[in-house]
Amino acid sequence: MNMVELIAQYPLLAALVALVGLGAPFGALLGYAAVRFRTEGNPIADQINEILPQTQCGQCGYPGCRPYAEAIANGEAINKCPPGGQATIQALADLLDVEAPVLDEEHGEEKAKTVAYIREDECIGCTKCIQACPVDAILGAAKQMHTVIASECTGCDLCVEPCPVDCIDMIPVEEGLQSWHWPLPQTASRNLDVIASDASPEERAA
Amino acid sequence: MRRIHDFHGGIHPAENKLQSLATGIRPAGIPSQLILPLAQHIGAPSQPLVSPGDRVLKGQLIASAAGHVSVPLHAPSSGQILAIEDRPVPHPSGYSAPCVVIECDGRDEWVEEPSGIRNYRACEPSALLEKIRSAGIAGMGGAGFPTAVKLAGKPGAGITTLIINGTECEPYITADDILMQERAADILAGVDIMRHILKPQEILFGIEDNKPAAIAALKTAAAGSDVEIITFPTKYPSGGEKQLIEILTGKQVPSGGLPADIGVICQNVGTAVAVRNAVIYGRPLISRITTVTGDAVTAPGNFEVLLGTPMAHLLALAGFSAEKCERLIMGGPMMGFTVSGAEVPVVKTTNCVLAPTTREMPTPPPAQPCIRCGLCAQACPASLLPQQLFWFAQGKEFDKLEQHNLFDCIECGACSWVCPSHIPLVQYYRAAKADIVKQRRDHEKSEQARLRFEARQERIAREEAEREAKRAARKQAAEKRAELAAEGGDEDPVQAAIERARARKTAQQGTAPANTPDGGVKQLAALREKLAKTEQRLALSREAGEDNKIVTALEATVQRLRDRISAAEQSPAERETP
Repeated sequence: MNMVELIAQYPLLAALVALVGLGAPFGALLGYAAVRFRTEGNPIADQINEILPQTQCGQCGYPGCRPYAEAIANGEAINKCPPGGQATIQALADLLDVEAPVLDEEHGEEKAKTVAYIREDECIGCTKCIQACPVDAILGAAKQMHTVIASECTGCDLCVEPCPVDCIDMIPVEEGLQSWHWPLPQTASRNLDVIASDASPEERAA
Repeated sequence: MRRIHDFHGGIHPAENKLQSLATGIRPAGIPSQLILPLAQHIGAPSQPLVSPGDRVLKGQLIASAAGHVSVPLHAPSSGQILAIEDRPVPHPSGYSAPCVVIECDGRDEWVEEPSGIRNYRACEPSALLEKIRSAGIAGMGGAGFPTAVKLAGKPGAGITTLIINGTECEPYITADDILMQERAADILAGVDIMRHILKPQEILFGIEDNKPAAIAALKTAAAGSDVEIITFPTKYPSGGEKQLIEILTGKQVPSGGLPADIGVICQNVGTAVAVRNAVIYGRPLISRITTVTGDAVTAPGNFEVLLGTPMAHLLALAGFSAEKCERLIMGGPMMGFTVSGAEVPVVKTTNCVLAPTTREMPTPPPAQPCIRCGLCAQACPASLLPQQLFWFAQGKEFDKLEQHNLFDCIECGACSWVCPSHIPLVQYYRAAKADIVKQRRDHEKSEQARLRFEARQERIAREEAEREAKRAARKQAAEKRAELAAEGGDEDPVQAAIERARARKTAQQGTAPANTPDGGVKQLAALREKLAKTEQRLALSREAGEDNKIVTALEATVQRLRDRISAAEQSPAERETP
């Protein structure tokens, strides 16, 4: 009875007490959950890193794909990866739910995939390319000929610059019988439409 | 009577089989050149064992299997190796691939009388499998999967049903039909060998009811054996492995699974004959039955043709008029593909060479927009949704394609056949499948690159940390030494050790006779000085009235020094005496 009277007398105070009374335990619960179920690392950066081509070429201006992924997660532009090309930009745009921009030409253009090749008789064995290779795909020792493990090479170009005798070539990967696949059929071009009134003026003239 | 099941969908295209059944199997003879691609099967290409200029004999091994899923290759006739080079091969890409080219001498000499295992029932299955493997047999129905690998299967995967596929559902092709008509006994001999290897509970032989002659021949040959010859209504594509299994057993192969997962294994009739020849006669796979048909040939029929025979040779035998034919197809009209030209060879999987006239197979009219009629979904034998797949393939939505089980598509072409808008649906699926496979491969590769990059980063960090730790340790040691030196020389442990050693040496010298008179005198002087100092200290202590202990200790020291002095004073005299 007393309680009801009190509430009736001080409605503002009662409401305040009630809300604080509710807010405090829920706040505590949320705070606890935030600590208890905290995710390690940055899941968005991990997902972005999954999409990036892992060429580790640094053309984006970051020292590798992981740092760029973290930068994207922090708001960096998604169009700085030439090896990934438009497909990667599209995938990143889908993931982050943004409009897909075109590739930033400043960072390079999309090229066919290449593999480094060392002209072995010209190699002087300086190990500079070995130190430059981000994926340890070059084999060799000081004053010994070096060679590239083609299956591990990402085609990042980073070994070309340090070579003092310019004996490294980037060879485009050829399409062979193993890599060939059926192309997507050509979508019917305009002039194949059968409705005469649909044809463009030039086509009607022809 | 066994209950026949039905599968979803299917179509009834014009059969066009009678043209090539007018005559029996004709030998194709020996062409002037044999072109043998090193990759005629699914798996790794074979490794050539011969070099240009070598003379090879019929049946001689010319390329070995490269790995488990691969098959060896044998010379189909005797002659000289002309080259091992890239030649156009029967492949939809029209690319060239490495081939062994043999210039035939026409003598057709066997390498040696091959030895077979007549009494194979007494043999271990593994020995028979080895025989099949070394004969270079790859599935002759069209896919070309190494037969020995398929028969060996996964250990412990009990095979309960062996299905022999004599369906040949694709229009125009009659190679299996004629084989069943003329060589039913050979097929059943091969089946018996497979029975011995697999030990299935039942053997089902499936044939469509449009081959009455073959059915009659097989029923006669199989009389008395437990091989069940089962006929069922003709419908395309009942010869598809999964469809045939459903027709005969009512069981469906799970999505993404293999027939072996439900205890079934399927073998083509041509493969059965090849197995018989390999095991009983020891003959490698060097020839096959190929149908040559189409309106552009005047004498269509089936030929027993040496592998590697250029299609041009075969077409000439069938009366080919090149001007009537716009494109040459390997396989049937539904699942075959256009080859780059008549110079491509017949390979282990060439069941048909189709030379249609332009009227017979006109170029498809241009594709019109999809009207969502749903005919394709009704025709699909894999119960997929072709029009959904078509949308997703156009939009390259790979996730959705996989969710809609694109990889269960057998590319039979039924959907394209029924499509009123003439959309080349199968083309879209093939392209999408290849894109997805490529994406998976690229992702695997990038994953590998990522791991290697991270391993390298870790290694560099670890090496740096190790160097840093060493530097820090050296710096600390130097600091400690400097500190000790600053506190006082005597406190330096090294210095102290040196001092101690010196003191010990002096003490020894004190007791022992001095080596030189001069040394003795110096020693004596030092002792006297020490004695004087100690006496002085003793006196001071006594005056200050210090602790008794110190006084007694000092007294003892004085006494000891006096003794040593007297001993030293005597020794020079002793030395002089002798």
